[in-house]
Amino acid sequence: MAQLRLKLDSFAVALTRGVIAWRFLVLLGCLVAMLVAGLGAGGLSIANNYRVFFSAENPELVAFERFQATYTKNDNILFVIEPEDGTVFDQDTLAMVHALTEAAWQIPFTIRVDSITNFQATEGIEDDLIVEDLVHDPAALDAAGMARRQAIALAEPLLRDQLLTPDASVTAVNVVLQYPELDLAEVPTATAAARALRDRMLEAHPGHTIRLTGVSMLNNAFSESGQGDMASLVPLMYLVVLVAAFVALRSFSGTVATLAVITGSVVVGMGAGGLMGVQLTPISFSAPTVIMTLAVADSIHILLGMRSAMQRGMAKHDALVEAMRVNFLAVSITSLTTIVGFLALNFSDAPPFWHLGNITAVGIAAAWAFSITLLPALMSVLPVRVAVRADVGQGGWMRALADWVIAWRRSVLAGSLIVTALLVAAIPTISFNDQWVKYFHPVIDFRSDSDAAAEHFGLYPIEFSVPAGEVGGVSDPAFLQRLDQFTAWLRQQPNVTHVYALTDIMKRLNKNLHGDDPAYYRLPDDRELSAQYLLLYELSLPYGLDLNDRINLDKSATRVTATLGPVTTRETKAFLAATEAFVAETFPPVQQTKATSPQVMFTYITDRNVQSMILGTSIAIAAISLIMVGALGSLRLGLLSLVPNGLPILATFGVWALLVGEVGFSIATVASISLGIIVDDTVHFLTKYQRARRERDCSPEDAIRYAFDTVGVALIANTAILAAGFLVLTYSSFKLNVDLGLMTVIAIVLALIIDFLLLPALLMLGRRGPAEAGAGSPAAA
Amino acid sequence: MTTATARLALTIPALLAVALGLPAPAAADDRGFEIAARSDRSDVGFGDSRVSLEMVLTNAAGDSTTRALEITTLERESEEVGDKSLVLFSSPRDIDGTALLSHAKILDPDDQWLFLPALKRTKRISSSNKSGPFVGSEFAFEDITAQELNKFSYTWVREEACGDFTCDVVERTPLYEGSGYTKQLAWYDQTHFQVRQIEYYDRRGSLLKTQTFEDYRQYGTVWRSHLFTMVNHQTGKATDLRFGDYRFDVGLDDGDFVKGVLRRLN
Repeated sequence: MAQLRLKLDSFAVALTRGVIAWRFLVLLGCLVAMLVAGLGAGGLSIANNYRVFFSAENPELVAFERFQATYTKNDNILFVIEPEDGTVFDQDTLAMVHALTEAAWQIPFTIRVDSITNFQATEGIEDDLIVEDLVHDPAALDAAGMARRQAIALAEPLLRDQLLTPDASVTAVNVVLQYPELDLAEVPTATAAARALRDRMLEAHPGHTIRLTGVSMLNNAFSESGQGDMASLVPLMYLVVLVAAFVALRSFSGTVATLAVITGSVVVGMGAGGLMGVQLTPISFSAPTVIMTLAVADSIHILLGMRSAMQRGMAKHDALVEAMRVNFLAVSITSLTTIVGFLALNFSDAPPFWHLGNITAVGIAAAWAFSITLLPALMSVLPVRVAVRADVGQGGWMRALADWVIAWRRSVLAGSLIVTALLVAAIPTISFNDQWVKYFHPVIDFRSDSDAAAEHFGLYPIEFSVPAGEVGGVSDPAFLQRLDQFTAWLRQQPNVTHVYALTDIMKRLNKNLHGDDPAYYRLPDDRELSAQYLLLYELSLPYGLDLNDRINLDKSATRVTATLGPVTTRETKAFLAATEAFVAETFPPVQQTKATSPQVMFTYITDRNVQSMILGTSIAIAAISLIMVGALGSLRLGLLSLVPNGLPILATFGVWALLVGEVGFSIATVASISLGIIVDDTVHFLTKYQRARRERDCSPEDAIRYAFDTVGVALIANTAILAAGFLVLTYSSFKLNVDLGLMTVIAIVLALIIDFLLLPALLMLGRRGPAEAGAGSPAAA
Repeated sequence: MTTATARLALTIPALLAVALGLPAPAAADDRGFEIAARSDRSDVGFGDSRVSLEMVLTNAAGDSTTRALEITTLERESEEVGDKSLVLFSSPRDIDGTALLSHAKILDPDDQWLFLPALKRTKRISSSNKSGPFVGSEFAFEDITAQELNKFSYTWVREEACGDFTCDVVERTPLYEGSGYTKQLAWYDQTHFQVRQIEYYDRRGSLLKTQTFEDYRQYGTVWRSHLFTMVNHQTGKATDLRFGDYRFDVGLDDGDFVKGVLRRLN
């Protein structure tokens, strides 16, 4: 190992001398590399479909795609209209709803529009069945006509609580869209048209509020949130890097060189993303911030080494070479472990995390390459002045900390373990919550509009395709009775705001075809009769309002939609479990069904990702431990390092459980990301400890003092920079990034504390016997 | 030339054939109108006809299902009224015997009656909706009924090869109310003057569906396609209509197309 280290040292020396000798060529080469990679970034696009959060194999996605192929696509835009005067049934509001219903057909990709005005009201007068729009000419309605329509709408199970509030104060227009999915401009085009339509309507009919929500607005929000983050977080991150580099280095040239390295790393990382054909999501949009955070550490380690060498009186070029020699191994290993941690994200079930992992991994590799080429080349060109200082020695409060830990090692060990154990015990109280509306910060229109809309209507549809078990079976009276029980049961469940089912249509038709006799508002008890009602009804419906989205082709299954109000993931799971139990006991096996919908998909997204990341994280831990064993040249230390590497992550979940309590599915990826980063501290600490033990023949205690002396301040500085960088992520408008950023910050800070307290205590615990003699005595280093 | 129904009008529920109606479009684009009129003339004087057909519906998931029906059509010589038609469903089993009688009109919604055997009653359907799907298929009512010459204005677009023929492509704009389309593009062959293909454009002017007409066979002077294929480009669903042999001059008159006959059909 020592030999390998020497070899690496001489390689670093030769490399740096070469870089300095050919510095202008190196600069040119780096520039060309950045330009070429930058061209690759042209292959990046911005995703605008929530489906990108699910792998093609995700079982909930597969089920939902199948459902949509059977009925219709579920992409929608919901206009929620609230008149200031508190009543929907007046001429102005109805005129607007009517105009909006007509004009919504002009929104690109619209295949269906539902509103209270185009609702197909049916009426039976003797042997006539009259089918017409509930409101087809608002201006012609007198007070009585208005009141009559309001009464019909409020009594209609398909409208009440779905498109009209029970007090008739708020109404909604639902626009269903089917995108060809050939062009990423489709969703932005449709949502822009919807917003323009809203603006036109508000201008023509002041005194109303219109809010836009629905799946298409959600999809659009993904791209808006990511782009917004890009515009706000990246400049903020540059500022953080600028301040951090300047404070740490107190050098203009060093700051410039650092900025060059991180910019190059981001360009190469994003360029690689482009070559991989990545569709950017708010998650992968955070890659530049993450790359910058991690890239800055490499530069600062090297530049601090250079400054300290110059303080000791070395000339600039010699100091550069020395800095590279001392840091090459550590920089390489820390880069490698971080890359491993990010590559492990490929085990996630969510492609955006693959993209974040791969872009960041390439970016970190680029940061490593630029740190050992571009950085020395630039520094050799830029002016650097460092005063030679006599008191470059160590000591001060770092030494005091080392002595304190050594003196109180048993208490420190016990204390750390107890605190960690308590934190770990709190982990089970974390609740997973993936309410996709809440993924967005209220600055995103979609979130604020959806929150406001949610006060009036449920926004989370749960879909069921209930099979009747045979062709034409949806008309079977026994099946319809069960379907009716199911519908009634669903309506009684907590959080269910509305249920849309065929049985309501059947009952209404039965009444209409018996001269509107209310006694016939019940399900037909004859299969042929039901089938013929459906035929009659289908013959009477206009374009876009057919039953093809309710009944499948051969009429062997029908769709039931239960809409939920604002529910947490836990509540949704409880609802789904209750539903499954009810279905199992109500329907015979051939008629049983499972829930599907985006809400169902997001409900299980954490479970899926935790499952898939357990393997990914295990592999990352194994790979990183192997790297540690190799880097430290000691199996014992390598395995020991698992403790200070693993505990901070567990403790982080504990802290999160106590402080925040609720988390989205990004929690699944935190472990492997943090592990790759926090392992750096351990690498630095243990390599110094090992060097002291082996090269200086120190006792463990003195080796610990040496480690504190040499890397203590650098670790604090490094942690501060990393924490600042990941704190920037918490300003994201996307909650998954906020969670990820904050958890990583906690993990990084806890890792430093554990490295300073628990790790030394553990090191001395291992070597109790012979080391005991040196304990408490002043260092002899 | 308005006495005859267009070919299509007599095929499926040839619900309409209007005679009266909208004045012929001005001579702004005589060529398009002439081509449509020539096609219309090729179909004059069939009297009455009866045909059985299978309707095969396919959804985006590739599932398919079949319905069977029979259509009887009475050509009406008068220009004041449209054709009369009778659609009798035989499968699926639970709609066996259900019968739809239509008296086509041009300005007003058609008169329609449906006999429901399970209810043993005939119901009159009062609805102005022509654009909805016909029994869940990709064919709208108007696709099979609204082929009457004067229901559209015409603009000749281009000439191009279509299969073994050369076709005139004519843009037709519906003049009747309640259409689901802003325009249609129709391909008329220059040999037999039959429609080979129609593209339907939705309310936004985007391509919605394409209908092709295959397996044309000649009966005396008139031609009939025996396979219609309608593909919905937006939903990925499709419907095929497979026709059996046509029988002409079955010997029907107005008396066979009144509400009262519906319950006696079985």
